[in-house]
Amino acid sequence: MDLTKEDINMLESISHLLLQQYWWIIISLLGAILVFLLFVQGGQTLIYTLGKTELERRLIVNSLGRKWEFTFTTLVTFGGAFFASFPLFYSTSFGGAYWVWMLILFAFIIQAISYEYRSKPNNFLGAKTYESFLFINGVIGTIFLGIVVATFFTGSDFSVNEMNFSKWEGAAMGLELVLNPHNLSLGLAVLFLSRVLAILYFMNNIEDENIFIRSKKQLIINAIPFLVFFLVFVIWLMFIDGFAYDPVSKNVSYESYKYLHNFLQMPLVLIIFLVGVVLVLFGIGKSILKVCTNGIWYSGIGTILTVFALFLLAGFNNTAFYPSTFDLQSSLTIENASSSKYTLKAMSYVSLMVPFVIAYIWYTWKLINNKKIDAKEMEEDIHIY
Amino acid sequence: MIEHIDSALVNWSRAQFALTALYHWLFVPLTLGITFIIAFMETLYVKTGDPEWKKITKFWMTLFGINFAIGVATGIILEFEFGTNWSNYSWFVGDIFGAPLAIEGIMAFFMESTFIAVMFFGWNKVSKKFHLLSTWLVAIGSNLSALWILVANGWMQNPVGMHFNLDTARNEMLDFWEVLFSPIAINKFLHTITSSYVLASIFVIGVSAWYLLKGRELLLAKRSIIIASIFGLLSSLFLIYTGDGSAYQVAQKQPMKLAAMEGLYEGSEGAGLILFGMPTPGKQINDGKDDYVFKFEIPKLLSVLGYRNADAFVPGVKDIVEGGFEYEDVNGETQLAISALEKIEKGKLAISALSEYKKAKEVKNIGLLEESLKIFRENFKFFGYGFLNDPNSIIPNVPITFYSFHLMVGLGFYFIFLFIAVIILIFREKLIEKKWLLRILVFTIPLAFIASLSGWVVAEVGRQPWTIQDLLPTVASVSQIDASAVQITFWLFTVVFTVLLIGELKIMFKQIKIGPNEGGH
Ligand code: HDD
Ligand code: HEM
Ligand code: HEM
Repeated sequence: MDLTKEDINMLESISHLLLQQYWWIIISLLGAILVFLLFVQGGQTLIYTLGKTELERRLIVNSLGRKWEFTFTTLVTFGGAFFASFPLFYSTSFGGAYWVWMLILFAFIIQAISYEYRSKPNNFLGAKTYESFLFINGVIGTIFLGIVVATFFTGSDFSVNEMNFSKWEGAAMGLELVLNPHNLSLGLAVLFLSRVLAILYFMNNIEDENIFIRSKKQLIINAIPFLVFFLVFVIWLMFIDGFAYDPVSKNVSYESYKYLHNFLQMPLVLIIFLVGVVLVLFGIGKSILKVCTNGIWYSGIGTILTVFALFLLAGFNNTAFYPSTFDLQSSLTIENASSSKYTLKAMSYVSLMVPFVIAYIWYTWKLINNKKIDAKEMEEDIHIY
Repeated sequence: MIEHIDSALVNWSRAQFALTALYHWLFVPLTLGITFIIAFMETLYVKTGDPEWKKITKFWMTLFGINFAIGVATGIILEFEFGTNWSNYSWFVGDIFGAPLAIEGIMAFFMESTFIAVMFFGWNKVSKKFHLLSTWLVAIGSNLSALWILVANGWMQNPVGMHFNLDTARNEMLDFWEVLFSPIAINKFLHTITSSYVLASIFVIGVSAWYLLKGRELLLAKRSIIIASIFGLLSSLFLIYTGDGSAYQVAQKQPMKLAAMEGLYEGSEGAGLILFGMPTPGKQINDGKDDYVFKFEIPKLLSVLGYRNADAFVPGVKDIVEGGFEYEDVNGETQLAISALEKIEKGKLAISALSEYKKAKEVKNIGLLEESLKIFRENFKFFGYGFLNDPNSIIPNVPITFYSFHLMVGLGFYFIFLFIAVIILIFREKLIEKKWLLRILVFTIPLAFIASLSGWVVAEVGRQPWTIQDLLPTVASVSQIDASAVQITFWLFTVVFTVLLIGELKIMFKQIKIGPNEGGH
């Protein structure tokens, strides 16, 4: 059979589309893992709630201190991977929602030094200041990341010109996004989710009677607002008009019940979502009702599945993942915002390393985390925050 | 296409990037070098089983941890700044530039952070051998992160392995390997890591010298000095070699930067290298003033450095702006340089051909399409010049580039003498008597940082007005936001980073005072 030029063109664009989808899946996965790892941030907002003595707080800080780099590095890699695979998103969102991103960044700058410097002698600002840095990071980092993800569904005001240079039309350069109640509901859901996950993590990771009892009590207190905000967001999401594009003409338009349609048209995504939600609830419920320490596994995996499904909902099935409410046709889709086929392909080879990276992280963590953190360890002469 | 660019916006964005990059660079080189020094020390511990080596290793590890934390804090901001402040740039080059950043995260940062955890928390939990392996992997991981970001930076200095896609209006990658193995990138990487080894060696020697002055921790100080001075001397020899390689690359790919580094306005054959000198303040092209107030030069060395030929013609600032000299192109053919004005005209042709092309495509006018494509291809080489109007705007800040360059080179030679002196004296057991030298060693620590920062100033200020050499000037790279917003974040960064820096220094000094005996807290 001879391939005509048209056939080849078509094959080319199909394989480009496949790569774009592959990369959207990777981005979704990184985003999902990131949200799970935000338990570090959630934990930082609970240092004083759960730790009443200096020793207890030290246990908490050290328990988190051995994990914070993963969250941080995942955020950095998430940013890098987004840049590499969907550069138009990177330039549009970062350059436009300037203040939201800057606030997130500031929150992460002050986190990075706080663990290392908190308990060092002569640390200039005093332990309390570093603890408040951790608290700020915990609140801002989670809420604002949630808000940004919510804009994948609510849209923002920007335009992209024929040179693909983008311009933000929102008056407050990102701050206007905070005032949108739908964005806010996801932001708050992420905050309380991160606290719930942190509590489950402490129950698993710290050997201390008092912290365990307090954690259990706090679990209910945080699970309720999480559920409320999360349900508000999801139910509302099922009823709104979404941003659909025509695969042939590439025209973007509003479609009623778009995200509900996406669920129904991609039943696998719906299943992932439902399994995820059930696992999150199961982990919480089990930990409330029984004496158990492994709730974090259920809720953690559940979180990853749920967030993963939400990302797929935003970008697949001919949906604009970064919609512009200012000019519908400027909306970003995984097709028009992506890197070239060559780059996506090169990056795909690189992505084959990811399982290897996960494997060595897993292996080394098993080696050094084979037992819970306890008071005795805090007295030994090894690196302590 | 870019209607009106607010020059305040550009300047504040540049200032902000310079500030944050320079802060990042205060911490990075120490990490790059000291991780290797620590790895050598721990290797000796594992080989000999001598607990003193373990104590030495842990002491330097503590200092490394303090430095590392703030390096991470200042790094994240740079990555996101490409998007927040240079969004046009991010789109224009994202197809190429994003890849190294992502690879850096996947390959290097995870490796660093995983094995750092073993390094700090694993002493009693993993075997000696695995711990040693982790320490080495931290060193390798941090140097890998340098590789990828420097590949990205090298590509900005000399874009290769790509083509311009008219439909998406951006550069797209054609050959990953060409980007990775571009001679500029490789040279940059080697020069930067070796300079960081030198810096870390000087840090270790300086801190140890302080102990010797105080008569404390003599064994630790002596052993550390031996390791660091040998490592430092070897690295600094390699540093000169790679520095020479960098200068050669600059001469080939960025002749304007070379002219600025040497303060050379009027080019000449068999040009000399300025050893000391002072460029005439306020010097302009064709103002009749001499290039230098005074100078002391080594004849013909610049021609050798830049072109490997003692009689080669080195163009000065004026020659590059006005054109008209002969040079050899990549194919070894002799070409006549054209003036900046002609380049600007060609650049404007390319830009207008691009919009013609877009129009033609819309109305499906094949004739116009092919015509504009042809004009575009012919002139694309000078695309970036089309954003400029004044031929003189292709001149970077000459005095800053000149002084930074000479400071760096001068300090580089000074460090070599220092390493040699230290090696001789320490093996003759005489170093501890030479109080004056010990004091000099302590005060050399900041000089190493100054040399290293100056290097970046040469590289980055010297390439102005380009973010991507010849393709995208700084003015066309910025995000279209209010200058006032950038101003606010600039000051916020200044305050936050300065506070963090003070905190870091205080903790560092305190840990040095406490010394190695009181645990690794
Ligand atoms: C301890 C620091 C240090 C020392 C002593 C030197 N350098 Fe350096 N130099 C650097 C640290 C550095 C750096 C920070 O690593 C730079 C900045 C950008 C880069 O690629 O490396 C650099 C850049 C840099 C550049 C510009 C490269 C570019 O624009 O891409 C040149 C031409 C040289 N160096 C040459 C030299 C020479 C001939 C030296 C002679 C001894 C020397 N350097 C010593
Ligand atoms: C290797 C990665 C680096 C990349 C990709 C990079 C990129 C950039 C960009 C995009 C700008 C702003 C645009 C411009 O002014 O042209 C810039 C400016 C600047 N950078 Fe870098 N940079 C890197 C490393 C560094 C480091 C480590 C330092 C300092 C130690 C540094 C010092 C500066 C300075 C001083 C400026 C301002 C130059 C000016 O505007 O006159 N850069 N760089
Ligand atoms: C302007 C370009 C740069 C960007 C965007 C950037 C980005 C970053 C980021 C995001 C981190 C934190 C990583 C983490 O999560 O652990 C970091 C740390 C680091 N970066 Fe950079 N960086 C730049 C310039 C450089 C250069 C030029 C080098 C080396 C040549 C370098 C070497 C390192 C190293 C070794 C670390 C580890 C932390 C430390 O020791 O300071 N970076 N960088």
